[in-house]
Amino acid sequence: MKLTVDGTTHEVDVEEDMPLLWVLRDELGITGPKYGCGIAQCGACTVHVDGVAVRSCQLAAGDVDGAVTTINGLGTPAVRHAVQDAWIEMQVAQCGYCQSGQIMQAAAFLDVNPSPTDAEIDAAMSGNLCRCGTYPRIREAVKSAALKLKAT
Amino acid sequence: MGRVKTIARRSFLIGSAAVAGGVIFGVYQYRREGENPLLAALKPGETAITPYVKIDAQGITLITPRADVGQGAWSMQAHLIAEELDIDPATATLSPGPADPIYYNGVVGAEAMPIAATSETILARTGRGAADVMGKFMGLHITGGSSTVPDMYDRLRMAGAVARETLIKAAMKQTGLPRDQLSTENGCVVLPDGLKIEYIDLATIAAEIPPVQTATLRDPSQWRYLTKPQQRTDMVAKSTGTQDYGIDMQMPGMVIATTRTNPAIGGGLIGFDAEIARKMRGVQAILPITGGIAVVADNTWRAFQAAQAVECDWGPAPYPANSADQFETVANSFTDDHQDSRLKDQGNVADALLHGPLIKAEYRIPYLAHAPLEPMSVVVQLSRQRLDIWTGTQIPRFVQANMARLTELDAENVHVHVLMSGGSFGRRLEDDYIAQAVEIAMQLPDTPIKMIWQREEDFTHDFPRPLAIAHARGTVKSGAVDAFDLSIAAPSVAESSLARLRQPAIGPDVAIVAGAWDQPYSIPHYRVTGYRVPAMVPISSWRSVGASGNSFMHESFFDELCHAAGTDPLAERLRVCWHMPSQKVLEAVAEMSNWGSDPGPGRGRGVAFTLSFGVPVAEVIEVTQTDQGIRIDRAFVAADVGRVLDPKNFEAQVQGGVIFGLGHAMNCELTYENGVPQQDNYHVYEGMRMHQTPEIIVRGLENGAKIRGIGEPAVPPAAPALANAIFAATGKRIRELPLSKSIDFV
Repeated sequence: MKLTVDGTTHEVDVEEDMPLLWVLRDELGITGPKYGCGIAQCGACTVHVDGVAVRSCQLAAGDVDGAVTTINGLGTPAVRHAVQDAWIEMQVAQCGYCQSGQIMQAAAFLDVNPSPTDAEIDAAMSGNLCRCGTYPRIREAVKSAALKLKAT
Repeated sequence: MGRVKTIARRSFLIGSAAVAGGVIFGVYQYRREGENPLLAALKPGETAITPYVKIDAQGITLITPRADVGQGAWSMQAHLIAEELDIDPATATLSPGPADPIYYNGVVGAEAMPIAATSETILARTGRGAADVMGKFMGLHITGGSSTVPDMYDRLRMAGAVARETLIKAAMKQTGLPRDQLSTENGCVVLPDGLKIEYIDLATIAAEIPPVQTATLRDPSQWRYLTKPQQRTDMVAKSTGTQDYGIDMQMPGMVIATTRTNPAIGGGLIGFDAEIARKMRGVQAILPITGGIAVVADNTWRAFQAAQAVECDWGPAPYPANSADQFETVANSFTDDHQDSRLKDQGNVADALLHGPLIKAEYRIPYLAHAPLEPMSVVVQLSRQRLDIWTGTQIPRFVQANMARLTELDAENVHVHVLMSGGSFGRRLEDDYIAQAVEIAMQLPDTPIKMIWQREEDFTHDFPRPLAIAHARGTVKSGAVDAFDLSIAAPSVAESSLARLRQPAIGPDVAIVAGAWDQPYSIPHYRVTGYRVPAMVPISSWRSVGASGNSFMHESFFDELCHAAGTDPLAERLRVCWHMPSQKVLEAVAEMSNWGSDPGPGRGRGVAFTLSFGVPVAEVIEVTQTDQGIRIDRAFVAADVGRVLDPKNFEAQVQGGVIFGLGHAMNCELTYENGVPQQDNYHVYEGMRMHQTPEIIVRGLENGAKIRGIGEPAVPPAAPALANAIFAATGKRIRELPLSKSIDFV
């Protein structure tokens, strides 16, 4: 099947029901999206399909119907997305393992809600688990990213 | 480096290592310092000035041997070296270095001793000295017990200073200028005319000259990085998906493995049927390992699918198989023959309890999983001569020794490459998952193997924080706490985890009463007794270890006595507290939370205090009773680590610790049926999520005499502060965790 990931189209020979996460990680070598739970409970695997945040551990490769963007395609260490800049500025990450998913969730959320309230941020981000407890800084980083995005 | 004789270089480097050590520790119990382990792997053109600084023409590598499990240890260690070496840590490459005794931990051993952190008696100081000797003697290359900063604060700054002075000496040789005309700045030696020589261009000469004998540490007033908000060195990688964890490693020819072993740990495998799994796409092998099976495949998902398709016939649990029986075993352990310690015994408790109305309570805490978000994972490759292991681990030397034993290789041929861990909370103090991967490698030599556990395997094969029961009795007199008698029964973490590391566990297990016996309270009649419950489920250290649960018991009951006495819980703590830095954190949270003011209708404040890992921490939590349940509004935290080296990461660790403590207190337990934990993924073990997270206001104080670490100490007071706040808001006293069994949260 054909998959477009981070702007590149790939031909992959995998089962229709293989979750997108494992196509990305094991077949394409894109390791930014993480495996945490396998049942869409932690959000570490979050990627965008046509701009919408999805849990790639629960999305079958055969059901992918749009262009996939991963954390590795959202920005790079040298050329970063505004949300990534906000994460660095607020020093959000501790172990960092959940942050690929947190950032992808936040980026998609701010795309549809550029001026969120605190309650809306909590509601949008509560599906993404962080075992280190970086939530206070995620809140601040989402707000900071909203301002950065508006300024651009 | 070509013109430098190898022998000269080696003797110089060993000499420098000795200087670094000698200056750091002052008095040597062992005259001979270990050889610099970087020497064995040096390539042409590289210089290793100390075991912590390596320089070649391309750049500077800082060795950061304490593991980073999310607490920022790599970045902090780099800043400690860089401050004295005079470089920007962002320009250096970081390496955790090899497993080596020279990277021993001289502080962590004292945590296991019955010495209160606040004690400065000769006995206490001798004990801490013994911990340093023991750590050095055993080559205890280990990360834990919030010990990285206290253990490395002097050592790494001195390593940086020795390297700096050696480079200056090299510049003196090159330029002929005297020492007092040379200075350093940002990775360069600066000449009087402003000309700069880069460190990397001095490496070759540095290797030719005799070692620097003395180096003076800079006065804190000259610091550029320490005590200022730092940029963590891992932040860009972790914000761009480019930080590599063990689970991310890719090597040519690598295969993927996953395992299934008996979730009733130690119950063994009676038999299995892999007929279906064997034929599934991508499956390369199904192999027996100790207590279960391993599936080897070409893709992680295929390995997981096949592992689930294997029919396994497990043996029964070698411990009480369900939660009711486990708690009954604990309840039956309050007997003389199970008494493990009585480290606190002031006044005459037995007599005092006879006078005045007796206040009694029982507290219970459950087993808890570590559940770091990166499931246990490791890459191994075994050849005839050597074993390579890539993984996040806090115990590289134990891994090396244990895997050498397993493979019958010499330890020097077992190479442990430590990686960033996607969390740990104590889980990576164990090497069970590594042994499984090595067992697979012994059946598939020469092949790189990445072993990943399914999340369900990770939950059901954790070595959890133990359950415990406390019996508390007390009396009040004249509006004050008069007698406080706490008996805690719990299985021994030391007995369980040290046995797995093949180490002896001697004497009482301090963890059974940690966070209770060692609190700086002066109560007229005050006793803390530990009872050791016979081993059941294998258990291990969980962020803040014994204090993680004992604080709930100690501080909840203190609160109960305050209410019985009709006295203010914060004022009463201040009244009984004799330790100045502890008093100050209590005063700080009183001020921060406006303690004593009317919190408003349906609202309540609770306070708790715990001194753990030498760090006094006070927390006030504010809650509101709503139609949807209890909402946690704000948390105020004051903690004293003696000196805050990075205010930014200090705040992060405190906030994370509070969230870890609150989330588990509210929502988490492992319950057992048929020997197996019933919670196997995050939908039934949530911890805290953002919508439940309060605003957390943090203040760092610096009254403590010694520098301390902050990875763990904020965890213990969170649970009792919350329970006490719930009591204040609702009148409901909850004595069992998780709290959600007794009350709803928003």
